[in-house]
Amino acid sequence: MTRVLVLHLAVLAGLAALGAVLPAYHHGMMARILMLAVYAIGYNIAFGYTGLLSLGHAMFLGAGMMAAGLWVQQGGSAAAALGLGALAGLGAATLTGVLALRTAGVSFMIVTLMFAQAFYLTLLYFGAITGGDEGFPLPAAGRQLMGLDLSQDGPRYAVALAIFAVALLVQLALVRSRFGRTLVAMRENEERSRMLGYNPFTTKLAALAISGLFSGVAGAGYGLLFGYVGASFATIQYSILPMLYVLLGGAGTTLGPLLGAVLMFYLIDTASSLTELSLAVIGAALLFLVLFAPKGILGTLRDRGIRWLP
Amino acid sequence: MLRIERLSGGYGPTQVLRDVTLEVPEGEVTCVMGRNGAGKTTLMRAIMGQITRSAGQISLQGQPLQSLPAYEVPRQGIGYVPQGRRLFGAMTVAENLEIGLMTRGKGAQTRETVLALFPRLRERLDQAAGTLSGGEQQMLALARALCLDPAVLLLDEPTEGLQPSMIQLIRDTVTTLRDQGVAILLVEQRVEAVLNIADRVAFMEHGRMAEITPAQGLVPDGAIFQRYVGV
Repeated sequence: MTRVLVLHLAVLAGLAALGAVLPAYHHGMMARILMLAVYAIGYNIAFGYTGLLSLGHAMFLGAGMMAAGLWVQQGGSAAAALGLGALAGLGAATLTGVLALRTAGVSFMIVTLMFAQAFYLTLLYFGAITGGDEGFPLPAAGRQLMGLDLSQDGPRYAVALAIFAVALLVQLALVRSRFGRTLVAMRENEERSRMLGYNPFTTKLAALAISGLFSGVAGAGYGLLFGYVGASFATIQYSILPMLYVLLGGAGTTLGPLLGAVLMFYLIDTASSLTELSLAVIGAALLFLVLFAPKGILGTLRDRGIRWLP
Repeated sequence: MLRIERLSGGYGPTQVLRDVTLEVPEGEVTCVMGRNGAGKTTLMRAIMGQITRSAGQISLQGQPLQSLPAYEVPRQGIGYVPQGRRLFGAMTVAENLEIGLMTRGKGAQTRETVLALFPRLRERLDQAAGTLSGGEQQMLALARALCLDPAVLLLDEPTEGLQPSMIQLIRDTVTTLRDQGVAILLVEQRVEAVLNIADRVAFMEHGRMAEITPAQGLVPDGAIFQRYVGV
């Protein structure tokens, strides 16, 4: 456990040091990536550890973001907005899980996608409140967290890193707990888990709810840090992104979501600045991944020798 | 201990078990024998709630089990080692054992008791279960079931495909457990093994319980084996 903890603390220390040296452009990018990595951590709990391949996570992200945004727009505090975002993600995931977990595999993917699409269309329908397609900016007065002005680069990065650090360490504690072992058992084989006395429905529902909570926090954090809330974060694109991050970094590894988010974010950014065929570049990268590292970068490293990697 | 009364059931609309009645007493090994397709594995799965039970009663120490969902059955104290072991291959030996321990909230003491029965597993605790030899996997499957500290143990052909030394170890373990008072229901096809270990033998035919007899007095080339097992 010691070297695992040291590794995670070292990664966090590295990110803190990075915040001090990065130029302004990358500073903002990294803050954004950290929030997306929190979202990917949530996705990893459902998909990487429990085996729930969802296409509806954008709803949990969007619910967290919208709840926090509307709260701040009405004059609420940023701290409460984060909590509200977490609750919104948790609630949306629990409700989705109660209904969608009656299905499995491809059906589960389709049902979660349908829920997320319905949520997205609802946001558009109530455009007078949600800002519809255009969304709405958050007032500067509402973007103050414990004396920190989130519109400034330094505090924004610090808060992004703090949220990410909590998410990473909670994820680590969760997956190394007895409950975490149950999740992996469920992913490995649901029938065998049942044979040993575990209720697949409640276990998967708990995993999805926790995943939704992380996603809600990421949505709320993203909105608060970048001062914008919009329905576009509830589109299918935002359900696919965390899947790509997790697949690239390593599904079922604690640091995979961060690594995947960093690499994919910069790959998309760089490719789109170089060519209009950026999607082809990303496709080629994914093809390369599937062929040579099907378990993602950290998953492959774990298989090839670093067995202690969580 | 475990009582099955007039149990019928099968896979969806296909009825496999018909009116099966059997008692598995404490501190005894009850062997189930029969030809392929006689319903031996289906009986095990029916007890565990894994298939549709259309009629009959199953009770453990007087408590009815048949209305419980499948995941509740092991929690009542029934350990099951299915045919083919069915481990969590990507998880380590230690994690497989922990999953078993967690079912009924058992701790380090139970783990030590189980590892004392299978010292070789102690040397392999950090190894992925899928990379163990066949015999070690069978040990782990049995050990994981024992982590539930079960009152009843269901074993479906536990010595299938194992080398003789491993078969002996599994048999010795079954005998030890029986002597500790565990009720054991064992599906076994080898007549010699059955005669060594069983207190009673239940013969199944076409999904029905054809005959139940004490093991004492049975001989390897007896007519009863020829009739129900074909040897």
